[in-house]
Amino acid sequence: MKSASFDYVRAESPAHAFTLMAQHGDDARILAGGQTLLATLNMRLSQPALLVDISGLSAWRGIEVSGDTLRIGALTRHVEIEESPLVAQHAPLLTQAAPHIAHRAIRNLGTLGGTLAYADPAAEWPACVLALQGTLVMASARGERRVAAADFFKGLYSTALREDELLVACELPAMAADERQHFSELARRHGDYALAGLAACARRTGEGLNDVRLAFLSLGDRPLRAPACEAVLQAGPLDAARLKQADAALRAELQPFADLTHSAAAKTQLAATLMQRAVRALLA
Amino acid sequence: MNTPLDTPRRRIHVQINGSAVVRDVECRKHLIDFLREDCGLTGSHLGCEHGVCGACSVRLDGAVVRGCLVLAAQADGHAVETVETPTPSARLRALQDAFVEHNALQCGYCTPGMLMAALDLVERRPDANREQTREWISGNYCRCTGYHAIVDAVCAVLEQQRAGRFADEVIA
Repeated sequence: MKSASFDYVRAESPAHAFTLMAQHGDDARILAGGQTLLATLNMRLSQPALLVDISGLSAWRGIEVSGDTLRIGALTRHVEIEESPLVAQHAPLLTQAAPHIAHRAIRNLGTLGGTLAYADPAAEWPACVLALQGTLVMASARGERRVAAADFFKGLYSTALREDELLVACELPAMAADERQHFSELARRHGDYALAGLAACARRTGEGLNDVRLAFLSLGDRPLRAPACEAVLQAGPLDAARLKQADAALRAELQPFADLTHSAAAKTQLAATLMQRAVRALLA
Repeated sequence: MNTPLDTPRRRIHVQINGSAVVRDVECRKHLIDFLREDCGLTGSHLGCEHGVCGACSVRLDGAVVRGCLVLAAQADGHAVETVETPTPSARLRALQDAFVEHNALQCGYCTPGMLMAALDLVERRPDANREQTREWISGNYCRCTGYHAIVDAVCAVLEQQRAGRFADEVIA
């Protein structure tokens, strides 16, 4: 299908973008990489009067490390994260997750910020940012504010962003020396939406794991931590009995949505499998 | 299709297959409709029109993209390459020859997009094996061949490249 008619403006500066947003309100849509937006326009799921193209705003693009923080601009494209040596060094979870995002041609244009702001619960970046305990940086004409990832995702396609705000960066704590990160997901075909996925981080201790963070995708209305399971996993040496206990805790706390092809019980099984694999990988 | 007369338009300057093109275009028009309808370049095909099938794969500033998920207006000031570039790289020509040789197409609808994705692979991942080739082109659907012949063709060109066939062809 063809999209309905709309006007198109390139924002020349952050201030210009905020002015256009203020002028046009809900009639305007922000265009970053466009890999979700243009598909929804073509399907006429959305009919805005104006697209504000912010993709040229270089201040909101790029990857840098300062101190113990890895900062990724919201307009950084998936492929730039996938191929970044800085990301591979300081947040390898993202390097592992990137190839799961759609296909190369999509990753060449799609952006980190677009994905996070859209907050699709089946997307990879939200779960990664949650597991990494990242901070989202939002800007408006009033200034900047920061929100922890745990408080950013509010539900299905909804976030802490206010109407006049744009997501401008994501800040992630650089990986500690004893930290391990692992991403995996299960999908029917490569590039399809995940049936279930898991972004996992932990610190290695002598015989087990500490500071375990599991963030699942495609199981609910937002990326979901599994605190009961995490608590079991970091309570002592990871022997068979503890893994069984972790499995039970996970199955008890997850309440996944069924989708077109998989029941809630099947999704729970997939999540439990991912958890076991992640633990093995984090211990390796 | 019929369009309202008051639909917003923009004047855009795009480099297409090496030639400077200036056109007035509807803001809502995506790159593939622009290439096909406004520029007469019908080599790029429009399939699903929501980014799934890959038939519309073209290169924007050297990176393969979905032509249906880019507006012509977004390409203003940028360079676009399609399968019908009049000065094809030796790699693209070799891929075209290999597709013929291996019967890597039947109806041919997916072929231009498949070629552009394959060219991207050959240029960026010269060491790709068969499995990586399959993964790289997994975003391009083919409903005729079952993919084996396409993967054969792409792998044949990768092998030729590793044997030094394109050694004097610089990748832009």
